[in-house]
Amino acid sequence: MCPPLIVQFISRLLLLFHYFFTLSDDDLEMTMVCHRPEGLDQLEAQTNFSKRELQVLYRGFKNECPSGVVNEDTFKQIYSQFFPHGDASTYAHYLFNAFDAGHTGSIKFEDFVTALSILLRGSVTEKLQWTFNLYDINRDGYINKEEMTDIVRAIYDMMGKYTYPALKTDAPKQHVDAFFQKMDKNRDGVVTLDEFILSCQEDENIMRSLQLFENVI
Amino acid sequence: MAAGVATWLPFARAAAVGWLPLAKKTMPKPPVDNSSRSDEILYVNVSGVRFQTWKNTLDRYPETLLGSSEKEFFYNEDTQEYFFDRDPEMFRHILNFYRTGKLHYPRNECIQAFDEELAFYGIVPEIIGDCCMEEYRDRKKENQERLAEDTEANEASDAPLPPHSTSRERLWRAFENPHTSTMALVFYYVTGFFIAVSVIANVVETVPCRPPKGSVKDLPCGEKYQLAFFCMDTACVLIFTFEYLMRLFAAPSRCKFMRSVMSVIDVVAIMPYYIGLVMPENEDVSGAFVTLRVFRVFRIFKFSRHSQGLRILGYTLKSCASELGFLLFSLTMAIIIFATVMFYAEKGTKGSTFTSIPASFWYTIVTMTTLGYGDMVPNTIAGKIFGSICSLSGVLVIALPVPVIVSNFSRIYHQNQRADKMRAQQKVRLARIRMAKKGTTNAFLQYKEDRAIGDRDSDSTALCVKNRSAFEHQHHHLLHCLEKTTNHEFTDEMTYSELCMTESVGFRTSRSTSLSSQQGAQNNSTGCCPRRARRRAAMRLANSTVSVSRGSVQELDMLHVKTTSIPPQTRSSLNAQADDLKLNCGEQDFTAAIISIPTPPANTPDESLPPSPAPIPGILRNTRATAYTHDTVKISSL
Repeated sequence: MCPPLIVQFISRLLLLFHYFFTLSDDDLEMTMVCHRPEGLDQLEAQTNFSKRELQVLYRGFKNECPSGVVNEDTFKQIYSQFFPHGDASTYAHYLFNAFDAGHTGSIKFEDFVTALSILLRGSVTEKLQWTFNLYDINRDGYINKEEMTDIVRAIYDMMGKYTYPALKTDAPKQHVDAFFQKMDKNRDGVVTLDEFILSCQEDENIMRSLQLFENVI
Repeated sequence: MAAGVATWLPFARAAAVGWLPLAKKTMPKPPVDNSSRSDEILYVNVSGVRFQTWKNTLDRYPETLLGSSEKEFFYNEDTQEYFFDRDPEMFRHILNFYRTGKLHYPRNECIQAFDEELAFYGIVPEIIGDCCMEEYRDRKKENQERLAEDTEANEASDAPLPPHSTSRERLWRAFENPHTSTMALVFYYVTGFFIAVSVIANVVETVPCRPPKGSVKDLPCGEKYQLAFFCMDTACVLIFTFEYLMRLFAAPSRCKFMRSVMSVIDVVAIMPYYIGLVMPENEDVSGAFVTLRVFRVFRIFKFSRHSQGLRILGYTLKSCASELGFLLFSLTMAIIIFATVMFYAEKGTKGSTFTSIPASFWYTIVTMTTLGYGDMVPNTIAGKIFGSICSLSGVLVIALPVPVIVSNFSRIYHQNQRADKMRAQQKVRLARIRMAKKGTTNAFLQYKEDRAIGDRDSDSTALCVKNRSAFEHQHHHLLHCLEKTTNHEFTDEMTYSELCMTESVGFRTSRSTSLSSQQGAQNNSTGCCPRRARRRAAMRLANSTVSVSRGSVQELDMLHVKTTSIPPQTRSSLNAQADDLKLNCGEQDFTAAIISIPTPPANTPDESLPPSPAPIPGILRNTRATAYTHDTVKISSL
């Protein structure tokens, strides 16, 4: 037998014994990542919230996430609590990406508050832009059918199994087709931001419902 | 996670904007939220320790006291805070629950105190966080067991018999608690003696005795003195049968009794004898008959009625049933594995004792329990290797469940010790309670005295009255009203028991006197002086009755000599209601009339107040004199 093989074998055996006897608990190392937001004044300037509202928001946020950041799993967990009937994890994933504007993998308080500011206190254009970003999963500036289908399917997943009328398997596809029918003006198979904003502005229902969530905070 | 959900709801609602372009139908209107948006700080004062928290924090759990409008009852307008007269240390944990959403159980607090606080604040204990839930459950179970034991101990043994118990109930009680009467104790010792005799006879009859003349072989004593042993056995079985039938008769629930362990042991102990009587003497069944005789040894289990240690052991084994089961199961597994291995390892050798796998079972058991008889020994190397592994693992497998069993036994044993100590302390406690009751009843009588005096002389009233609190005054007034309502008065135990004595003994003779004194009784008022005169007359009358009552009267006399004030007008009234009171002489327990006010003893308030005038229509005048003595006079109600 070749000596290198023997040496390799023995070294592996020794490593095994080492692990066996030392029972290393290196996995106990704590990853304490803590993030503090920018000052209150800065946030007030950047968003459309007053100081008091920011205070209330931050207190709630800090209570739930003492470390100051929300990672994707926690985000999914939180969002799933509101939709116990179905599976909200896919949609939460897309939502997380929409909130996490800087693609850092975690939502900090600033991201949280910025998004909320747009959604609750922003102009119609800003809201629609945010929604377009949500739908545009790969951030290429276009919404194609696959992306839309994914989104719609994720939304239908949140409904769960027990719906009335019963959910048909091609319901998402039909929904997407109807959407594209309305939004895709030039019939090129993709929806751009301008097309999207234009089409939404033409629809009265959408315009009216955009005002619904103004007084959530 | 109510807190979490509430915080994130605005975010979830905001994120719903993402659905809007996709919506096929119009969205519903949002709910109008009229509540004030601004978050305010609430001040909560708990016994002087001020806590401050946001209103939103408390609103997270609207089904609790602090989260609902119930806290408005505790709002103090002057200080603009919510005041609770509770433990501030516990409140800290309660408030942390609101803040973090998790309820923790503080390990150094009493479990009952904690439960009470939770109940007060309207928080269900089920939401205790996982970190503390196990500890909470354990402590709670322990506490409940302890309380159950205490109540059992209280109810069971030394409580006096209810007055109208039938002979059956008395018999049952005598069986269950031999200390209560001498007869029961005698019976207890007699049965114990006969159990011992029976067991010793069983043992001795197999010992070889000297053979009778003309024979060489040694005979067991049982066959040599067959008649003697038979008579002894018969006597024992007769006693046991009698005891069993008596118990069966006296048992309050016969089905339950017949199913209990002790009765099964009794039956098993006496059955073989009767079966032996019934069975014919042929050879075929006598083999089975001999087996039955083995069951006679179960009589030794009858000792568990006499020995508490045995009962504890049995209870321990019962409570460790799962550990024992695990031990058995793992041993069985190991036995089968090792037996198979040893059999195949030793299969080749000539003259091997491992003839089959079941035969190897014996080897495995003997080795695993480290007995090592040496009747079966492996010869091959493989056999020896596996044999050593077998013995090493045997030690481990047996040692594992043993600490659990031992700790269980220790816990149960200590609990039992505690129960005994509690019983001893109970007597002291009862004595203390009685003293407290006396104090309060004396206070009440004092009050009545003062009122009586006050009717005539207002100056001395002031002196007597100033030492009592307003609460006492009102309470005494209440008791007085009750007396007036029922037209009965509170009195003392001694007077009452004397009444009983005169009733039972001097019944006939006092009847004549009662008629004459009755008029006197009816003329009685709450004044003092008429009583004194009547008392003298009553005493003269009483002295003419049987000597038994004389003793008590003289006792009363002694008391009165010591005092300077109003003597009781006992005799006349006692004699007056002769026939009615006769009914109640059997009653042994008196409940205290009056709650102790300044010193709150635990049990008394509930028992005392409502006297039931119905069963005892007689009027017992109270012994006012004794109120001034500080002798041990018990006041009892009716």
